[in-house]
Amino acid sequence: MTSYRLDAGGAINRAQALSFSFDGRNYKGLQGDTLASALLANDQMLMGRSFKYHRPRGPVTAGSSEPNALLTIGSGARSEPNARATTVELYQGLVAASQNRWPSLKHDIGAVNSLLSPFLGAGFYYKTFMWPAAFWEKLYEPLIRKAAGLGKLALEADPDRYEKAWAHCDLLVIGAGPAGLMAALVAGRAGLRVILADEGFRPGGSLLSESVSVAGLAAVDYAGGLVSELSSLPNVTLMPRTTVFGWYDDMVFGAVERVQKHVASPSPELPVERLWRIVAKRAILASGAEERPLVFGGNDKPGVMTATAARTYLNRYGVAVGGKVAVFTNGGSGYRTAADLAAKGVEVTAVIDARAQSADVAPAGIRVIRNAGVVATNGRHRIDGLLLERAGFEEVIGCDALAMSGGWSPIVHLMCQRGTKPVWSEESQAFLAPNVGNSFVAAGSAAGVETISECLRDGAAKAASLASELGFAAHGANLPDVEGEYDASFAPVWYVPGAKDKAFVDFQNDVAVSDLGAAQREGFRHIEHTKRYTTVGMATDQGKLGNVNTAGIVAAMRGVSPAEIGTTTFRPFYTPVSFGALAGAAQGEHGAPVRTSPLHGWAKKNGASFVEAGLWYRSAWFARDGEKNWRESVDREVLSVRANAGLCDVSTLGKIEIFGAGAAEFLDRIYCNGFLKLPVGKARYGLMLREDGIVFDDGTTSRLGEHHYVMTTTTAYATDVMTHMEFCAQTFWPELDVRFVSVSDQWAQMSLAGPKARIIMSRVVQDDLSDAAFPFLAARAVTLRGGLKARLFRISFSGELAYELAVPAGYGEAVADAIMEAGRDEGICAYGVEALNVLRIEKGFITHNELDGRTTADDVGLGRMMAMQKPDFIGKRLSTRFGLTAADRLQLVGLKPVEPEKQINAGAHLLKEAAKPSLANDQGFVSSACYSPALGSFIALAMLKSGRERVGERIVVWDALRGMEVPADVCAPVFVDAENAKLHV
Amino acid sequence: MASLITCPHCGTRPKEEFTIRGDAAPRRPGSADRDEAWYAYVYIRDNPKGRILEYWHHAGGCRRWLVVDRDNLTHEVFGVVDAADFQRTEAAE
Ligand SMILES: [Zn+2]
Repeated sequence: MTSYRLDAGGAINRAQALSFSFDGRNYKGLQGDTLASALLANDQMLMGRSFKYHRPRGPVTAGSSEPNALLTIGSGARSEPNARATTVELYQGLVAASQNRWPSLKHDIGAVNSLLSPFLGAGFYYKTFMWPAAFWEKLYEPLIRKAAGLGKLALEADPDRYEKAWAHCDLLVIGAGPAGLMAALVAGRAGLRVILADEGFRPGGSLLSESVSVAGLAAVDYAGGLVSELSSLPNVTLMPRTTVFGWYDDMVFGAVERVQKHVASPSPELPVERLWRIVAKRAILASGAEERPLVFGGNDKPGVMTATAARTYLNRYGVAVGGKVAVFTNGGSGYRTAADLAAKGVEVTAVIDARAQSADVAPAGIRVIRNAGVVATNGRHRIDGLLLERAGFEEVIGCDALAMSGGWSPIVHLMCQRGTKPVWSEESQAFLAPNVGNSFVAAGSAAGVETISECLRDGAAKAASLASELGFAAHGANLPDVEGEYDASFAPVWYVPGAKDKAFVDFQNDVAVSDLGAAQREGFRHIEHTKRYTTVGMATDQGKLGNVNTAGIVAAMRGVSPAEIGTTTFRPFYTPVSFGALAGAAQGEHGAPVRTSPLHGWAKKNGASFVEAGLWYRSAWFARDGEKNWRESVDREVLSVRANAGLCDVSTLGKIEIFGAGAAEFLDRIYCNGFLKLPVGKARYGLMLREDGIVFDDGTTSRLGEHHYVMTTTTAYATDVMTHMEFCAQTFWPELDVRFVSVSDQWAQMSLAGPKARIIMSRVVQDDLSDAAFPFLAARAVTLRGGLKARLFRISFSGELAYELAVPAGYGEAVADAIMEAGRDEGICAYGVEALNVLRIEKGFITHNELDGRTTADDVGLGRMMAMQKPDFIGKRLSTRFGLTAADRLQLVGLKPVEPEKQINAGAHLLKEAAKPSLANDQGFVSSACYSPALGSFIALAMLKSGRERVGERIVVWDALRGMEVPADVCAPVFVDAENAKLHV
Repeated sequence: MASLITCPHCGTRPKEEFTIRGDAAPRRPGSADRDEAWYAYVYIRDNPKGRILEYWHHAGGCRRWLVVDRDNLTHEVFGVVDAADFQRTEAAE
């Protein structure tokens, strides 16, 4: 028996045994255990294989900085890779598996990488696998990726729920150790709204693992008392299992709460994780300090861990990490661990002290070896001894665990996330928290304070000071007496010389001291370069254990102070955060919402196939029995509209309702054409420009009353136009009396087009729709038979007699049904956006295919719309500048292939006959193309250099993508009813 | 992850509710102004580091355009006003 559960002691519930499995074997742990403590209690020290060299590894910590004991928890879709066994709360039925090993953890073929380690050092990617280049992608990279790696992601969809929430408080306390608990208590008693967040499942921090007595109680019981008082305060919120991972602008903190990560089958009523954004007036960082590993040969083998970890397993979990434990230290922590182990009856074989002398005293009977260093460890899957060197002599010491202490680093990560670097202190031999102002301060060992009594005092003082800044009367707490504290000071030892095995700085990324040396020799001397060249600090633990040692070692190699080396940049997240938590509820349809038109149901029952247009699903065509492909459906729909009538859903158009005495003037300024004289009851086509003179969007605007208009925009630009109008109204012309609101979702709108449109519409609408009473471009409120108020617009996007009918969205489907019924005898059909597109290309109407952000009004043949006599409109001034009026600009033309059945595709380029394809010979491009059933030919709209004067010219449509070259004749961009005879009937 | 803007109409709101248009300093020239003035207004923007007046649109709130006076390096916000009020004040000066 090497590591084992003690008979008594620990903050665990010995009455509550929990079964779990590890690599298929069943074990028993106790309530209150982490997975790591339960495995150690079962003498399972080997927990993983390292990333690159596949070296056997066990836990080196008992907390969230763990680099080695990374396991996959759960199975199937719920399996989560790279969980730190040292923080995973044990639960009944937990399933854990080791990673990065094959076929088994004990017999791992990948360990052969260890033999290759001379080739796998820093920069091995760049050096070893350079030649031949073609081998990299096909051979080297897949092999390396297979051999080096951590856990594997489950490929099934995550079955669990996640959510996001905001919280607000006067004081956020990060960390529930002695400083944090006392800070929260002082602030809570003073009446502040306090949030106390701690990453662990049990508040208490070091009070749970130190063998001191506080106010006459065991530290763990004293912590319990503080927690129960805090729980009783209504203004204090305790958030265990909550990691504050980021500090953002305006005192917003990001945190993730693991709501149900500690249960075998999460309740569907609750999220498994909750992402918090906590807005705090003040915050206290009480995140404690990290014990540094010592960097010596073989310091990564299973059984080597920090002294604090050994003490935590002993005191908090009642687990002895070994039967014969050696201690290697440069300060008081090692001596305290030796004393605690000895007090619990665990054999301590030696305390090896790197310092020549110190005031620290080992318990009676334990051998102290001063001025010595460990240079190697023996054993494979667990150490069985160590080799030390002292004054040139070597000695083997038997041990099955080694507790090491290299001093302390305050955990200042959060405070350095917004650009401020931590500050090197010669006195503390550590990087300390920077001053980031009065709103966010460090307390306790995060502030460099060493003992529990000092932490309690510091937490109380800092909270009282922040409380009074916020106007609360804070009374300092009665600080308890603490007995049995130790002196945690140390003398830095960055690197133990004489290593006879790799001495690791970064365990998780397998970075050894030799790699840091290589980086310096090869010129990657800046710490950020050293980091990237060696990958030190780039693993999922972000160098929590290794970064300060890296700075110290590099400083020593270069003969400077660590202050000169500095640290790399700190960024969120403090510990890894699951994508599920970041996505929150935004999964599936909640991540990419589906917008359906009020006529979606109507389209569906008429057999529509839908096409995604942004978030919208628009009806594309309505297939009928016997139609073999979409083209057959579209051709039929087009011919039906031209011959009889068709009904199309145009609800997705943007609709903006505009009011006010200044509305006419406003419209006159944002459209390039005139709007002042638009009569009530009329619609007008309008063209908006950008300020640079290029066309922005188009649509119709109808005047429904003296000071009341309704505008339509294209589907794609509905939001942009609204935003643009708001900007113009609010920043350019705030004096104009105009108000507008988007009503896109409030109205269902449908277009009824075709020679039979009037007959059919008259069966639905009460009002007189004769050409005299309701002429082309009429726009007004009408009453449907049955009494429903609606809006009718006689506008056409097909060239046919057409009406757009708008009804309140909820009536859309019923009204569309009624129109279909009214038109049945007239041969009505439903038609979709594909037929709509064919109809408009046949008429030469433009869309954003033509208005592509490069075209002027004149380019698309609408130059005469520009009302240049207006004093001002958006885009007026720059629309006349040189370049936008040049004669060789691309202009809108029509194209007909010489052979009607030859297809032309949008995107194809235009060439003069016999010209070689080249940028210099490029004559323009096809913007829209389709098959015209009316003409029995493919047709296209195109933007052609000086196009309008080239009507009649034969050109070549060159489509390199599809390998097609089609001769075509340039024509005017209108293929059907050029005289608009069909509109005015 | 987060930061906050205090809308004069809606109160303190997360930045996700806003869109940013950029520098609020350029003024739209008059229609008779010189080409150079228009060219500068449409195309030329300084890219200052530090304190800057910016147009922010409360798109997910009151839909008002705001002028935010802030340090774009530290995100310290010195003041937020409605863009119409800002324009009126500027016009008065
Ligand atoms: Zn607002």
